[in-house]
Amino acid sequence: MKKYIFIVCLSWGMVYSQDRLSGVIKHQENNKNYPLIGASVFWKNTTIGTVTDMEGAFQLERAPATDLLIISYIGFITDTLKIDTSFISHQMTQNQKDELDEVTLTQSRKASQKSFIETQNILKLSSEELLKAACCNLSESFETNPAIDVNFADALTGTKQIKMLGLSSPYLLISEENIPMVRGASQAYGLTFTPGTWVESIQISKGAGSVTNGFESIAGQINTELKKPLTDIPFFLNLFASINGRYEMNTHFNHRLNDYWSTGFYLHGNKRTQKFDNNNDGFLDLPVSEQINLMNRWQYTDLENGWVSFLSWRYMNDEKLLGTLSYNPQKDRGMKSRWGSEIITKRWDASFKVGYVFPEIPYQSFGFQTAYSSHDQDSYYGLRTYDINQQSLYTNLIFNSIIGNTLNKFKVGLNYSFDEYVEQVDGDLYNRTDRNVGSFFEFSHDNNDNFSWIAGIRVDFHNNFGSFLTPRIHVRYIPLEEFVIRLSAGSGRKAANIFAENQTLFATNRAINIQSSQGKIYGLNPEKAWNYGLGLSKSFYIGSPHKMSLSADYYITRFTDQVLVDWESPRQISFYNLEGHSSAKSFQLELDYYYRNFLNFRAAYKNYDVQMDYKSGFMQKPLLAKNRFFANLSWESKISSMDKQWRWDLTYHYVGVQRLVHNIVDRPRGFSPSYSLWNTQLTRVFSKKFEIYLGGENIGNYKQLSPIIGANDSFGADFDAAQIYAPIFGGMLYSGLRLKI
Amino acid sequence: MKKILILLLALPLGMVAQKKQKKNTRTQFTVHGNCEMCEKRIEKAALYIKGVKSADWDVRSNQISLIYNQKKVDLKTVHMGIAAKGHDTSEATAKKEDYDELPKCCQYQRKE
Repeated sequence: MKKYIFIVCLSWGMVYSQDRLSGVIKHQENNKNYPLIGASVFWKNTTIGTVTDMEGAFQLERAPATDLLIISYIGFITDTLKIDTSFISHQMTQNQKDELDEVTLTQSRKASQKSFIETQNILKLSSEELLKAACCNLSESFETNPAIDVNFADALTGTKQIKMLGLSSPYLLISEENIPMVRGASQAYGLTFTPGTWVESIQISKGAGSVTNGFESIAGQINTELKKPLTDIPFFLNLFASINGRYEMNTHFNHRLNDYWSTGFYLHGNKRTQKFDNNNDGFLDLPVSEQINLMNRWQYTDLENGWVSFLSWRYMNDEKLLGTLSYNPQKDRGMKSRWGSEIITKRWDASFKVGYVFPEIPYQSFGFQTAYSSHDQDSYYGLRTYDINQQSLYTNLIFNSIIGNTLNKFKVGLNYSFDEYVEQVDGDLYNRTDRNVGSFFEFSHDNNDNFSWIAGIRVDFHNNFGSFLTPRIHVRYIPLEEFVIRLSAGSGRKAANIFAENQTLFATNRAINIQSSQGKIYGLNPEKAWNYGLGLSKSFYIGSPHKMSLSADYYITRFTDQVLVDWESPRQISFYNLEGHSSAKSFQLELDYYYRNFLNFRAAYKNYDVQMDYKSGFMQKPLLAKNRFFANLSWESKISSMDKQWRWDLTYHYVGVQRLVHNIVDRPRGFSPSYSLWNTQLTRVFSKKFEIYLGGENIGNYKQLSPIIGANDSFGADFDAAQIYAPIFGGMLYSGLRLKI
Repeated sequence: MKKILILLLALPLGMVAQKKQKKNTRTQFTVHGNCEMCEKRIEKAALYIKGVKSADWDVRSNQISLIYNQKKVDLKTVHMGIAAKGHDTSEATAKKEDYDELPKCCQYQRKE
């Protein structure tokens, strides 16, 4: 259905004063024009609006903040017009019932959005934001965003590690459609197992999360929503190549079978074949690797009766070869001739979700989800072996309803999780089974105006942790217009899967030293922490097309129990339970500026203070920059009549000095230098169906020189490839295309 | 301690079981207003009336969808309650002074 929108600009402007807009809204029937009576006309994102009179005419004050006018009327397609005259005549198009399927909603949603409405401090990243990152999987999706810091994990595997509030990813609950996903065995590489193009959106919530998904989140929660067969486009193809020899292919097929069923098939493959050693240390700067990842989803939707269900399964195989340039696994494995490593991971996932909304009372619903995964990693690093197998089952049942009215809502539910780990670390075997039954209750109140709060509590019975309570609370208050104050507090616990979470230790020859405290998890006790947060956010307008917002937040995580990872003594790595004090304090100041829809500038300063009582003293966590600065500029051209568009993006990261641990080879090292990184990307949209992008990562070409300690004696006790504070590989150019049909 | 925790575990289940199907009625009628701010005002006005369970007002159609408990409140009270906040409904007209106190953007065009 073609939409005909006529905007007739008449020279009546002079009659009316400049700060008012008037106009006539019409509709066409049988080729005749009729006035549309009672249509609402209002400025976008404002409360300034009116309705049309008997002649379809209206008069309206100008809004200082926007020039986008929304015209809506039931049964007609809502139009958003950009106004630069003082009179408009506009024709509305009827929203024909039999063509409902073709109605396309075009939202001018920002790529990343801080929510003013949510009680929790939640940042939403849409798929548009994900396109700004160079490539290609979840671990690389956060580089254009200040909430999450991305670092390289080690000098060999090319894996990126994320941190939030100064705490690394094990302290985050990383879930996929609210099913815990990157945890346990998949902690080290799990984020690279979700291709970026599969992701529909990401929600990042800082601080104590919701109790509904478990007790594990300490610093925050990252939830990804994947593409849904019903709403995704029928065919999508993405090809990517970079000059460091990485090739990727993503393709999606979606098909609607009938009124109820849709199915989607998603395929991802990536390969890096070229070998590089640009820093001449004899080791590959990035591994030779290959990944196949496929997923099939079935969606059942019966909105009339209130049922929605998803059935998904997924298979992933990832293989990496790393180490010295000339390493040949057939010849050299197990020998002291050349250092090399292979990491082979196979993973199966299956999940089932069903949701039911009571048709008579839509505020009441229940949801059930269950997921099974089998994760199997076989690997060796030089002469060290590390194998881990995890079988995991997660089920969650939630009932949502209200108390009195919809201003008071609650969620109540039960969940059960089961995890079985089998690990082989060098010659030692570790087995563990975690079983947990939990029940939760979460109440939320919203006065539909300026105050809301959520309070949740859960009680869990865990075979290795015992029984315990987890309380969490969030408060949001708006004392002035566009000014939001948020408070949060809550506790969280987790088992420290010391090897899986610190797999970089195998890229060293450090001896493993577990100092048992008679606990049930590798002899250690579970970790427990309290997190408290305060956030302030203010939006304001400066002149008509400019919008600005300023936000500051401060979070403190205090550990009452923690498993410390101690790299302080040379040639060994120690794990022991905290005795004394440990806390992570994080402060972030962020400025966002929008000029209409074309330009967005974001800048953030971050300060982290993460200190703990190691056996050797109270110290700052190593390899963590106390100061960071982030800036991002993105620009979009107007979409031309042929749907052509340019998009450009520039990101700057400043990473301050980081404490380095001592080693014997190059003596006390003190602190790393501070450095800056630049990334950029340019996209040309040729039509709604086709676009090409070109970009550069680390275009300033900053590298950590000699990243591997003891590289020339790779089987010696001082070999250590885990002390990484900066990129190993210099600048990288890439290009790709997207085809959407 | 453990016993208390087990009790707590069972509590949510009990609550679900206890939630009996109550006499809920759905209805829809016109409430005059203009903008997103009116939406908040109107929904809030309706929800603060005891017995109203859910209220959803649509800017475009000026229609409010209500779910309320017939035993606790009659529809007339709901009309009056919303009109008391300055918004005319299909069966109740707001007082002039209440209308005049509406935020500027919410001052919808009245019929007279």
